[in-house]
Amino acid sequence: MTTVTLTRSGEFRAPFWNRVWSVMLWSLVWLFVLNVMAVVASVAVDSFGTRWFGTWLPEAFTTKWYFSAWDEFQLDDVLIVTVKVVASVVLISVLLGVPAAYALARREFAGKRTVLLLLVLPVLVPTITYGVPLATLLYRVDLGGTLAGVICANLVPTVPFVVLVMTPFIEQIDQRLESAARVCGAGTWGVFRYVLVPLLAPGIMAASLLVLVRSIGMFELTFLTAGPDSQTLVVSLYAAAFSAGIRANQSLDALAVVYMVSSLFWLIIALRFVNPVQLVARVKD
Amino acid sequence: MSSLVASGGAVAGSKPGWRASLGWDGTTLLVLPAVLFVLAFFVFPCIYGLILSFMPLKGETFDNYIRFFSENRFYSTIWKTLLIALPATLANVFLALPIAFALRKTSKYQRVVTAILVVPITLGTVLVAQGLLGYLGPNGWFMRFLMTIHVIDEPFRMTHNYIGVLLSLIITGFPFSFLLTLSYVTGIDPMLAKAAATLGASPWTQFKQIYLPLLAPGLAMGFCLAFVQSFAVFPSAVLLGEPAGTTRVMALAVYQLAYEDYNAPMAAAGAMVMGAVQLIVVACVLGLRGMFYRGPVGGTKG
Repeated sequence: MTTVTLTRSGEFRAPFWNRVWSVMLWSLVWLFVLNVMAVVASVAVDSFGTRWFGTWLPEAFTTKWYFSAWDEFQLDDVLIVTVKVVASVVLISVLLGVPAAYALARREFAGKRTVLLLLVLPVLVPTITYGVPLATLLYRVDLGGTLAGVICANLVPTVPFVVLVMTPFIEQIDQRLESAARVCGAGTWGVFRYVLVPLLAPGIMAASLLVLVRSIGMFELTFLTAGPDSQTLVVSLYAAAFSAGIRANQSLDALAVVYMVSSLFWLIIALRFVNPVQLVARVKD
Repeated sequence: MSSLVASGGAVAGSKPGWRASLGWDGTTLLVLPAVLFVLAFFVFPCIYGLILSFMPLKGETFDNYIRFFSENRFYSTIWKTLLIALPATLANVFLALPIAFALRKTSKYQRVVTAILVVPITLGTVLVAQGLLGYLGPNGWFMRFLMTIHVIDEPFRMTHNYIGVLLSLIITGFPFSFLLTLSYVTGIDPMLAKAAATLGASPWTQFKQIYLPLLAPGLAMGFCLAFVQSFAVFPSAVLLGEPAGTTRVMALAVYQLAYEDYNAPMAAAGAMVMGAVQLIVVACVLGLRGMFYRGPVGGTKG
């Protein structure tokens, strides 16, 4: 058993093995981070390179692949579809999820456990299990391959996600604030507008940014339900990578970089608003 | 609203105020839109898929399932998927745990390191697959580096096989596992560990005696959520693996049945088997969790 000694300044001095452990741990973290960075960098460098074979870096740098990728993959159409899908998914999942989270946080009612189970299941069942029958159904009612179908399919995991993230958030808002507003004569709309919306705004912001990042990257469900006119960025990226060899690898990498930048942009905004640590439980200092 | 019902008492066969006694009022109605949505777009497709799987294109009721478990190209996908998804999930959870534990105290590093480790969540399976193909490929930086420092003489194969898929699942799954584990670790009252420290417990003892038992439910949940993700993913198995060989995962087999063979009932049967395997794994993990401590993790949190 290791002993902990108290130094004169009152700090605990870590024994030898603890320091070895932390050095090992942080080297592992750095190894992981560096390798991931190298993976990303090799895509980015290739997308700006002319010819790259058997050397450390490409022979010369160019931006022509971005222009050719833009034309080849009809990126303007794909980006418009992606924006439409992602914006609708975020909006609808917040509109459906936040009221449900409010009810679950504020009331005890018969059937609450059933409702919770119902909302947890879509998160615990693999996407393909419900995605394939859902796509079959959507094609039956002529929604398959349309924008509406893609949006519906993407909402299945995101609505429960918003509910599960928002419920603990609403629970921590003091209910007496609402009562106080009512005592002061506010109606339901007044309570909603002047008490709930300002207090809920950070939570809704956090949840919708996370939904946004998630639905940009949601591959399986979009892939199963999308038609030629309703492909999002991630699906056309897969389609391009799947038929690699037909196109120059660099324009494929250019597409991948466009995808990464558009996703990263939103995550960085999200990280400014949300401390990721507080996602599930709140920190007590 | 409930008072209106109570004074009217018009609902046949029920006492006045029965809704109030169940706790239903105007606010509870707010769950309805979300519940109806999940019923329509999740529960209904699942039931539809289940019924469809018992109506094969030709043959008897159970023929789809009999075919799934008798043809090697179908039933072998179960082991192949588990062989990829389980190690990837275990690696993620056990990588995330010590890092999250080291970051448990709020500091300026906590936020920066967390942000750096979470960023790969934006990469997505397709980008990681494409990146790994370049980075680990025979002319990629990884092989060149190993050859420069003379660890290896010839590039060896890390893509288009099992290793490539496993690595890509670890990279894409790690941020999520880490985020979950970190929020569980920081949710545990640090006073508990401080109390142990005053009694002379080393960080390792604190971890083993206090954090691990309290974390067990969170770890089990994190394992399940991470497992779902790596279980259903197939782009990396196609792009980085051998889609005809060792990395023919269940999701791919189901997809091919639905969109290449146009055999919707058989695809539904495959999807149902997939869901069943997933739920069995979840049940096992949650059963293991039941052997640990249950109770509040807050201590003084109230």
